[in-house]
Amino acid sequence: MITDQELAKQIIAKRIAKELKDGQLVNLGIGLPTLVANYIPEGVHVIFQSENGITGMGPMPEPGKEDVNIINAGGQYVTVLPGAAFFDSAFSFALIRGGHVDVTVLGALEVDEEGNLANWIIPGKLVPGMGGAMDLATGAKRVIVAMQHTAKGQPKILKKCRLPLTAKGKVSLIVTELAVIEVTKEGLLLKEIHRDTSIEEVKSLTEANLIIPDDVKYMDV
Amino acid sequence: MRKVVTFEELKPLFKDGMTLMIGGFLANGTPEKLIDLLIELNVKDLTIIANDTSFPDRGIGRLVVAGLVKKVITSHIGTNPVTGKLMNEGKIEVELVPQGTLAERIRAYGAGLGGILTPTGVGTMVEEGKQKITVNGKEYLLELPLGADIALIRGSIVDEFGNIYYKGTTRNFNPIMALAAKTVIVEAEKIVKVGEIKPEDVMTPGVLVDYIVKGGEGDDN
Repeated sequence: MITDQELAKQIIAKRIAKELKDGQLVNLGIGLPTLVANYIPEGVHVIFQSENGITGMGPMPEPGKEDVNIINAGGQYVTVLPGAAFFDSAFSFALIRGGHVDVTVLGALEVDEEGNLANWIIPGKLVPGMGGAMDLATGAKRVIVAMQHTAKGQPKILKKCRLPLTAKGKVSLIVTELAVIEVTKEGLLLKEIHRDTSIEEVKSLTEANLIIPDDVKYMDV
Repeated sequence: MRKVVTFEELKPLFKDGMTLMIGGFLANGTPEKLIDLLIELNVKDLTIIANDTSFPDRGIGRLVVAGLVKKVITSHIGTNPVTGKLMNEGKIEVELVPQGTLAERIRAYGAGLGGILTPTGVGTMVEEGKQKITVNGKEYLLELPLGADIALIRGSIVDEFGNIYYKGTTRNFNPIMALAAKTVIVEAEKIVKVGEIKPEDVMTPGVLVDYIVKGGEGDDN
């Protein structure tokens, strides 16, 4: 069990960063997924897209050096790196829907055995809108879910999502502070667990059935 | 044909119940002085088509707070709690559209297309009431074109013919909206003589623009 929220987020971001390969075009969702940018392994150069119209997005500017004409999809001022490009929203979503984005990392409220993702609405409670999440989950070549394993102790990896879906059957990989789980045709395959947990604990905190192979590894974080 | 006008000259164009497209992404690239004008005119029952409803004190958010909006067609309302509150009270109708679909519906109208087929939303709430069409074995939703009476857009540098250059991420929905409304008004951060923007640097051709007004600069635009 890893109870420290900040540590949990760090573990998730660090582990996902290792999934990214040199030269990939990557879109990080708002919130926890954004942290992945802090842990890109040395020698790996990925290009970050921001769906409001950037490829080649850089880090936050130093205070006082903001360019008011450049924001990310979360509305924060950002920098761009050499080689960056700006474009309009239709083009940006052509990149996303057209399969030109190699990886998207998205947060989730729920994810299930069929790779369904729910992350945009809690009817009657929270209705922010889907923004670009449905297009990203539908169009990116690889969808990685970044989320804490449970919410207030309740499992978020379910047999079947109960909340309205963001996309059907599009999730490839689920990374939590406790486990790395691959979505396969046969179901959810437990690939790795954190050193501070056990297979039994992961199972007890997961509603979905997990396929447990003989060679479950420890997460390298 | 004189396109550069004063805000005073624009006043007769706006009527209650109109459908307006407004450019910008979380107020970045939104024509704030045209928003001021709408609030001054107190035009009511507007239908607004825009990426998001911004923040209560910026851009489109100010129209929502001023109570001028009857309906909003948008991808995201999460950054403006007033939109959500009015929606729950039944005082504003919200049609949520995935961001990439919103962009393509606007583009489709402007490009004379009868709609677009997108995989985004298949298997989710978004598909309700929509025609599904299978192409080469893959399911798509038929999404219909979106047009408006007036598009309010913002350009960074605009020449007197209406040719537009956008800085940074301010481009977003502006170029596609310039194609999709009967009347197009651009608020320019800077107005220059024809010829000062090289033809190859023009991002929205001036033929689409009906009126040009001088806006503010940077974040105070």
